[in-house]
Amino acid sequence: MNDLLFLTWVRSTGLNIAIGIFLLGVLWRLFEIYSLGRKTDLSAPRHAPGASGLHTVFRRSLPPPGMLKRSPVSYIGGYIFHIGLAIVVFLFVPHILLVTNLTGLSWPGLPSQFVDLAAVVTMAAMIVVLVDRINKPAKRFLSTFEDWFTWAVTFLPVLTGWMAVQHLLLPYTLMLALHILSVEILLVVLPFTKLFHAFTLFGSRWYNGRANGHKGVPV
Amino acid sequence: MSATLEKGVRVLKEVIDAPIASYFNSCVHCGLCAEACLFYTETGDPRYTPIHKLEPLRRVYEQEYTLLGRLKKVIGLSKPVTDDELDEWQELVYNSCTLCGRCSAVCPVGNDIVYMVRKFREGMSASGHSPEGIRGAVERTVTVGSPMNVKLPAVQAQMKHVEEDYGIPIPLDAEGSEYMVLLSSMEIMNFPEYLGAVAKIMRQAGKRWTLCSTAFEATNAGIQIGNSDLARLIVSRIVEGAERLKVKTVISPECGHAYTALRWEGANLMGRPFTFEVKHIIEVLGEFQQQGLLKTEGFETDRLTFHDPCQLARRGGVIQQQRSLMNQVAQNFVEMPEAGYMNWCCGGGGGASAIEEGEALRMKAFKKKTAQFEAVRPDRVVTACANCRINLEEGLEHYQMDIPVIGLTEMIAEHIPDNAPQAATQS
Repeated sequence: MNDLLFLTWVRSTGLNIAIGIFLLGVLWRLFEIYSLGRKTDLSAPRHAPGASGLHTVFRRSLPPPGMLKRSPVSYIGGYIFHIGLAIVVFLFVPHILLVTNLTGLSWPGLPSQFVDLAAVVTMAAMIVVLVDRINKPAKRFLSTFEDWFTWAVTFLPVLTGWMAVQHLLLPYTLMLALHILSVEILLVVLPFTKLFHAFTLFGSRWYNGRANGHKGVPV
Repeated sequence: MSATLEKGVRVLKEVIDAPIASYFNSCVHCGLCAEACLFYTETGDPRYTPIHKLEPLRRVYEQEYTLLGRLKKVIGLSKPVTDDELDEWQELVYNSCTLCGRCSAVCPVGNDIVYMVRKFREGMSASGHSPEGIRGAVERTVTVGSPMNVKLPAVQAQMKHVEEDYGIPIPLDAEGSEYMVLLSSMEIMNFPEYLGAVAKIMRQAGKRWTLCSTAFEATNAGIQIGNSDLARLIVSRIVEGAERLKVKTVISPECGHAYTALRWEGANLMGRPFTFEVKHIIEVLGEFQQQGLLKTEGFETDRLTFHDPCQLARRGGVIQQQRSLMNQVAQNFVEMPEAGYMNWCCGGGGGASAIEEGEALRMKAFKKKTAQFEAVRPDRVVTACANCRINLEEGLEHYQMDIPVIGLTEMIAEHIPDNAPQAATQS
C-alpha cells in the first residue's frame, strides 16, 4: 500500500470504524456505569449555599486549599496539557473543517502558528507529567500498563500532527496518515480505558457534590 | 453467621452502585489522594494511597459489572479476589483509614473515595477480615449495649454523681421532652463532666431534656466495622427510644462517628426517614447562642486552638458553630493551618483507635497533628469528639508535648454561672 492509499483508507474506512467504535463504546460504557443506579438518601437534608452536585462539577477544577503546594506539577502540568489538548483538537482550522464536513457544524479557529505553539507546550507538559509519574512514589506505585499506554496514545496524535504540519521526518502524506491513524487508535481505546474519565468525571463530581451537598457540605 | 470469602464477595457485589462505578472509571492514578492522607504523608509509604486501599473492590467491580471485565473473567485472564489478599488489605482499609474524607475532598475527578472505603468495609467484615479490636467493640455494643461494656447502672451512678456535684436533676425517660441526650461510653467512663455541662446548659436555656434508659449509648461500631445489619440494630435502639419518649430532637454527643451513624446513615439503615431531628451537641449550642439562650461570663485567657473532628466538620457540615462558640468564651483563639473543612484527622477515627496493632502507625501519622500544633503553639486544644480527645491526648503524650485537651461543651458550661437565672422551662 502506498502512502496515498494508506491516507485514503484512514480517512474513510478507518475513520468510520474508529468513530463507530467510539460512539457505541461511549454509549455502552455510560449505560453500563450509570444504569447501576443508587439508593435514595432517606436522611433529612441540610441545605447550605454552594453545596450541590453542580457546584462540585465546577469547583473541583480548582485545587483545594493546600494542594497546589503539595503537588504543583500535577496541577500546573495538568492544566497546561488539558487546555493545550483542547486548543489543538478543537481550535485548529483543519480539524474544524473535518467536523464541518462530517456534521455541518462550524466555529472560528485560531491562527496555525498559535496552535503550533500550543502543540509544543502541550507535549512539553505531557513529558513533564510523565516524568512526575515516574518520580513521585505514589504515582509510580499506582501506575499500571494502562497508565503508560494511555499516555502514549494521547501523546502520539499531538506529536504526529505537529510533525505533519512541520513537514518533519516523513513525507507529509505518510505523516498525516499516521496522525489520523493515531487519532483513530485514541478514539477506539478511549471508552475502555481510564481515558473515559473525560466523560465520567462529570458524573463523579456530581455524585460527590450531591452526596455532600445533602449534608450541607460544599465539597 | 460465619464469615466467608464467598459471602464477602457477594456483599462487595451488592454494595457497588453507579457512583462507585463512576468513581472507578474516573480515576486517572494521579495520586493526589495520597497527598491528602496523613497515613501517606507521614510515612511516605505508597501503599497508603487512598485509592489503592480499594483495589480488591475495583477488581470485583471490573469483573462483575463491565463487559470487558466479564470477558476477561470468562477466558481466565482476571485475578479473583482471595482471602490472602483481603487479609493483606485489612491494614489498609482499617488501620490506615479513619474515614476522615480528606481524599474525597481533594480528588480532582471528584471521587468520593471514603464513601467507597465505607462500602468496602461491608465486604471485609462479611468475609471475616475486620480487625479484632473493632469486632470486640461491635460485639459488646450488640450484646451489652456499649462498646466499653457500660450498662445502665453505670450511667445511673454517673447521673447521681453529676446531680450531687452540680445540684441539677438529670431526667431519665421523661416523655415529651424536647431533647433526648445521648452519651458515648467514653464520656460516661472518662469524661463525666460532659453530662454535667449539658445539664447546666439546658437549665440555663430552659429546655426540657432527658436521657433514655434503653438508648443512652450513641456510638455505633457497626458503622466503623462495616456491618449494616449490626449498625441497624444499634441505631434502632435509639430510634425506638426517641419514638417512645416522643422527643423532638436527639442530641448526638461529642463523638464524630456517632453523629454520622445517626444523622446521615441512621434513616438509611432503618429504611425510613426519622420522626425526630438529629443534631450534634455543637449544633444545639450554636442554636442556643443565636437565640440568646447561652449566657456566659468571663473568658479563657490562654492560647486556645480548635481541632475539628472530621465527622463533624468535613463529613458533617458543622464548621462555623464551634468557632462562634469558641469566640464567646476565649479571648485568644487561634486557628491551626488548614483548620475547619480541611483539618487533619487525629488519626484515630473510624474505629482505628480500637485497633491495638495499628497503634505504632497511628503515632507515626500523628506527626501531622504535632506539625499543626507547632504552627500555632496553643496552651490547650479544644475539640468536640471524645475519641479525638483520647487520641490527641495519647499522641501528645507520645511526642511529649504538654498540651491539655478539653471538650468544647464543658468549656462553655464552665462559663455559665452556677446561679444563672433559669429561663422559664418550655414544654
